[in-house]
Amino acid sequence: MKTRLLHRDRNFDRSSQLPWNEAALTTDLELATLVDAMSQGDAVVSGVARSAILTSFGNDIDTIRYRQEVLRDCLDNADVVREMYAIVAAASEREIDVGRSSLSRNPDWVLRWATATIGADLGALEQLRHLAEAHRQSFASAGLGGLLSFLTTDLNADYCVAVRHHLGRLKFRDGLLLGGTLGKGNKGDDYILLEPPAGGSLGWAARQPWLARLIDRFLPQQTGAFGFTIDPLDETGIKALASLRNRGVALVAGALGESVEHIRSFLAALRSELAFYVGCVNLHERLRRIGIPTCVPVPAASENGELTFDGLCEPALALTIGRVVVGNDVRADDKGLILVTGANQGGKSTFLRSVGLAQLMMQSGMFVAADAFRASLVDGIATHFRREEAADLDSGKLDDELARMSDIVDHVTPHMMIMFNESFAATNEREGSEIARQIISPLIKRRLRLLAVTHFYELARSFAGEGEDRVLFLRAERHQDGRRSFRIVPGEPSPTGYGEDLYREIFSNGKPAANEATRTSMSRKA
Amino acid sequence: MLLGGMDRDQPAPRQRRSSVPSTGPGPAAFAGILFPGGPVPEEREVREPEFFADLNLDRIVAAITAGKEEYNLTGLFHMPLGDVDGVAFRQEIMRDLDHAPLIDDLGAFAETMRAVRAHLARAAQATHRAEKQRWFVDAAELYGDGVVRLVGDLKRAPVASRGLSAFRDHAAGYVGSDRFRSLISEAKRVKANLGAIRYRLGVFPLRVEVGSFDGESDYGAEIGALFERFRQGDVEAYAFAAPDADVLTKVDAMILDRVAEMHPEAFVRLAAFHAEHEDFPDPAVLAFDREIQFYVACREYIDRFRQAGLSFCYPSISGGRKESRSRGGFDLALAEMLLAEHRAVVCNDFDLGGTERILVVTGPNRGGKTSFARAFGQIHYLASLGCPVPGEEAHLPLCDRVFTYFEREEDVADLSGRLKEDLTRIHAILDRATPQSLVVINEIFSSTTLRDATILSRKIARHLIERDLLCVWVTFIDELTELGEETVSMVAGPNPDQSSERAYRVVRRPADGLAYALSVAEKHRLDRNAIEKRLKP
Repeated sequence: MKTRLLHRDRNFDRSSQLPWNEAALTTDLELATLVDAMSQGDAVVSGVARSAILTSFGNDIDTIRYRQEVLRDCLDNADVVREMYAIVAAASEREIDVGRSSLSRNPDWVLRWATATIGADLGALEQLRHLAEAHRQSFASAGLGGLLSFLTTDLNADYCVAVRHHLGRLKFRDGLLLGGTLGKGNKGDDYILLEPPAGGSLGWAARQPWLARLIDRFLPQQTGAFGFTIDPLDETGIKALASLRNRGVALVAGALGESVEHIRSFLAALRSELAFYVGCVNLHERLRRIGIPTCVPVPAASENGELTFDGLCEPALALTIGRVVVGNDVRADDKGLILVTGANQGGKSTFLRSVGLAQLMMQSGMFVAADAFRASLVDGIATHFRREEAADLDSGKLDDELARMSDIVDHVTPHMMIMFNESFAATNEREGSEIARQIISPLIKRRLRLLAVTHFYELARSFAGEGEDRVLFLRAERHQDGRRSFRIVPGEPSPTGYGEDLYREIFSNGKPAANEATRTSMSRKA
Repeated sequence: MLLGGMDRDQPAPRQRRSSVPSTGPGPAAFAGILFPGGPVPEEREVREPEFFADLNLDRIVAAITAGKEEYNLTGLFHMPLGDVDGVAFRQEIMRDLDHAPLIDDLGAFAETMRAVRAHLARAAQATHRAEKQRWFVDAAELYGDGVVRLVGDLKRAPVASRGLSAFRDHAAGYVGSDRFRSLISEAKRVKANLGAIRYRLGVFPLRVEVGSFDGESDYGAEIGALFERFRQGDVEAYAFAAPDADVLTKVDAMILDRVAEMHPEAFVRLAAFHAEHEDFPDPAVLAFDREIQFYVACREYIDRFRQAGLSFCYPSISGGRKESRSRGGFDLALAEMLLAEHRAVVCNDFDLGGTERILVVTGPNRGGKTSFARAFGQIHYLASLGCPVPGEEAHLPLCDRVFTYFEREEDVADLSGRLKEDLTRIHAILDRATPQSLVVINEIFSSTTLRDATILSRKIARHLIERDLLCVWVTFIDELTELGEETVSMVAGPNPDQSSERAYRVVRRPADGLAYALSVAEKHRLDRNAIEKRLKP
């Protein structure tokens, strides 16, 4: 019984390994902000969301489409989905591990525990079924449609009644019936449990053992079939009888105990997979409220090298400042390198993040914060961002940057996206440009997707001059008067980063002027 | 002060007549597979020979028989075969066992017979009649199936030895006999009858009711099927303790009595089977089960070394001549230890041809002399048991006994007493040795002056040569290496012409002349290296 809301053919593996650079990705792409908006404090949601997003490199186009359909259903039926999630979460919270304690060697105990637990879980499953029956028509996706069908057919009313009926008969209070054969040494073996007689009548002899004992002694074989009674003071006999009874009970206790675990693991899987979509719905609502556009992205094959979008925003930034942010339009199909230069604090880092997040969200099956987004799948994302601590430019920091770069090269995959943000700024422009060029050129040849933000004019110029048709030059837009629009637009690199603009801004009126740019950057650094 | 070699009271084994009654009509009675002339009952009782400990043969035999104590094979290793045909008889069987599938088949047979014995033991312990009889019939069925399978395996395998061919024919005859066939068919009938019995049990708080079974379905399976739709994958199964395993409890016994009352014919048949076939195992089969383990044990022991790349060969044995040659042999006890530590095993050759009789081995301590001497003794002795020997090739005389002189560390006493003891011991050896005996001497006369030792050694060597005895003599007295054409000089340890890795190789070449002084110094840790270590503050 699979839940299959995230994959067409299997359950989502909550424990699959995160990529080698998950810590860097989380920091550089502000993933925590995104995940927090999805989870709203629910630890299960944040765990699943993080895992789903970071392991999305393994998803193919079919899986992405599959999830997009399910997400569509969830967005259209958010209340129902939330209600389902609540039911499953409540059921999962109940204590489970008791089943495997030292008490689990006793079949009677296991039987009683399993019967009670199944009964309780059955209640939760019936609630789900009622929901499914009421809303089946509103769900069109293969994923949720399949789940609801399972709930309405495999867990239909007749089945639940039958389960309750049988659970009731498995109490064995008055005894049990077995079918046996003769095994080694002619000891009873290969027992099967027989159906307890209806109405619970197990013979008068069972009810009146003392009377049966008397009759046995004076009139053997009068008690029907061949029976014998055990004297309550006969310790060996009592032990032997208990051992026989245990063998009988064990015939069902094990199966029931295992069934409990199966049901539990179904509920846990369902909870995780619903959690992902609940998270998506939460995020969707928040972005909508802020006024950020969302769209269903179009995944393309890795080899095609596609990347095209309109109005792409950086959702983590929007969530942080709680306001609408600038969106960008880019046509970068078959471009191996996107080089972004231009004014300081003009939105370049934000741009990189927006592309990284959009790629991850698309590959996870989520929506993207844009008007339109179309991209080839990547099989990995690596970030080489300047670390905050690298404020002083001594060679130790260059070492650190080179080491991190080497790490990335160790993990390069055929369709990886690598994002460089002010790489090798720890050294001067000439050296840094040369180092960067040595690294980037072979990577372009391998047809990876590279995005680089740099203020190294030398580096940018070296790519421009060679007539590289696979390089796209973008600039942070700057108005004539020096104001930034935070928009990234096509444009050739220019020798200056317009630091003078900033200087004038800050030193006008003899004191620093508080404006959008500085406030944003300060809240970032905080 | 015991002597090396066998006790005077036990004569060397000769051809024995069969002492097992023939179990069926046949041209010749089957006589076991250990001796061509038939089993030798004393072989179970033979004590360990005195020289075993000196040559580490006690360790080797213990390693071979480890895990097979139930077969009581140790005595066989204490009893060298007195004739060339006896050796050939066993080598033939060893060669048959080179065929790997046959070893597996024999292993399966041994396993079956172990199970049969275990069942018979349970039958003996059981108190309830029907319980006892059931174990018994199960044992008989196992036995029958096992023997039939063994005969099939033996017919299929490329068996060329006299011993195994004779057993195969005998067993085939036995399996075809009326007695055996009726045993098997009756056992199967009894089991079928019992196996068909089904009964119904009502298990109540203080009561059990036994009735007839009406073909009702398995409710437990129904319950399992009910929850099948929730199955996610594999889950650890619940293991409920079963304290009484397959022992009949009081309640089981009462149930059994009731079931017997309901199905009297099956139980009467069961009792009848027990009465009629009480001694069902055939003596020849039982004997084979034990005797074949002699060969299997050797084979399994040898295979351990072979897997590490060491060679074993079937020596060609000459009855009368004294020439003794071996190529690539090694000390088994030492090799076992080295292999466990993943260290290399050094192999050596020896060659005594024409009138050569005595290998005189000199060289520094820890140069491999003693191991070489042990290997010499082991190889000859194992050959006399009919076993394969270490090495790639060997031509050996048949020895009747081995005499060893090894220094006893504990007899430190006073030096004059020591010398007297040495002489007494060696005299006794010379007295008792026959022309077919082997003598191994390891460092004798080391408690006296070099001059005395040299004189005494020459005299003893003369005696050895006069008696035409085959000998290996580890000594520090170089002069012995050049006594005459009967002595062959072999030197252990590093050869200045060779690299240091060959430190333990013993090769045939003239003595160095340094052996005595160096060996004594080493013994007292007064060689240069040792002194340097000791002087370190």
